[in-house]
Amino acid sequence: MNENAGAVPETPRAIVVGHGEFAGGLVSAVGQICGMADKLVVLSMMGMTPEDIEGTIRDHLARTGARVIFTDLPAGSATIAARRIVRDDPGLVLVSGVNLATLLDFVFSTDVSPTEAARAAAERGKASLIVVGR
Amino acid sequence: MGIHLYRIDDRLIHGQVVVGWGQPLNIRLLILVDDLVASSDWEKELYRMAVPPDMEVRFADVATAIRDHPKYAADPRPGLILTGDIGSMYRLVKGVKAIGNVNLGGIHHRAGRSEKLRYIFLTPDEESQLKQLEAAGVEVTAQDVPSARAVPLPEVLEGAAR
Repeated sequence: MNENAGAVPETPRAIVVGHGEFAGGLVSAVGQICGMADKLVVLSMMGMTPEDIEGTIRDHLARTGARVIFTDLPAGSATIAARRIVRDDPGLVLVSGVNLATLLDFVFSTDVSPTEAARAAAERGKASLIVVGR
Repeated sequence: MGIHLYRIDDRLIHGQVVVGWGQPLNIRLLILVDDLVASSDWEKELYRMAVPPDMEVRFADVATAIRDHPKYAADPRPGLILTGDIGSMYRLVKGVKAIGNVNLGGIHHRAGRSEKLRYIFLTPDEESQLKQLEAAGVEVTAQDVPSARAVPLPEVLEGAAR
């Protein structure tokens, strides 16, 4: 698994992982909008076996203390791996289908625990999807 | 409609399978053939939740899949049969004797495997099994997504397409 962000941030609150450069792009956008990209650890799963993906997420959770995992697709390998991890540690929270609105709400929610912030941010992310036009 | 794709992918059900192939082929029936998954309710639920609501997923061990293959093939919905390893697909093909082509979708690096394509790594035993399938008249190609070129097995084994 490639770690796009390089060094682990000082105060990470969550891991973001997805297909291709999805996670890096999303976190880059968070940084551009509010300068809080250091709250998030970026992982890419390109070219990895399922075991490698799971192992790398576990390793980063242990190293950073993050308690939240954001993934892109419910059917994605990262989501499958994360669900195995959450099964072993029910105190973790997995949010699949993450979007930019979700991450922005999450990084600003510093007055509650990361897991509480993740649940609220998921609702904000759902509400941010709108359709305009016929 | 029958089975539109026989795929080997060590990530089992994931984005390339459900979306990448599932949407253009309009797959409505997905059969995951894996002895380990078929024996675990938790694993089955894990993968069931990864499948969209308009796609039915069934789970079978290899022996059951060989027995039930005529039912899969007769189903009116477009189908996809997926195994996580070459050995399972090899056993399935040998048991069914009516499978004409196999897609290598993702077999990633592990100890003992060497790189053939960006997404295909094989042990000598796995290479041998794939050669035996081709010798038996099964067309084996590597193609991770529909928009990519289907790379014939001899070219895969040469490693020339890396």
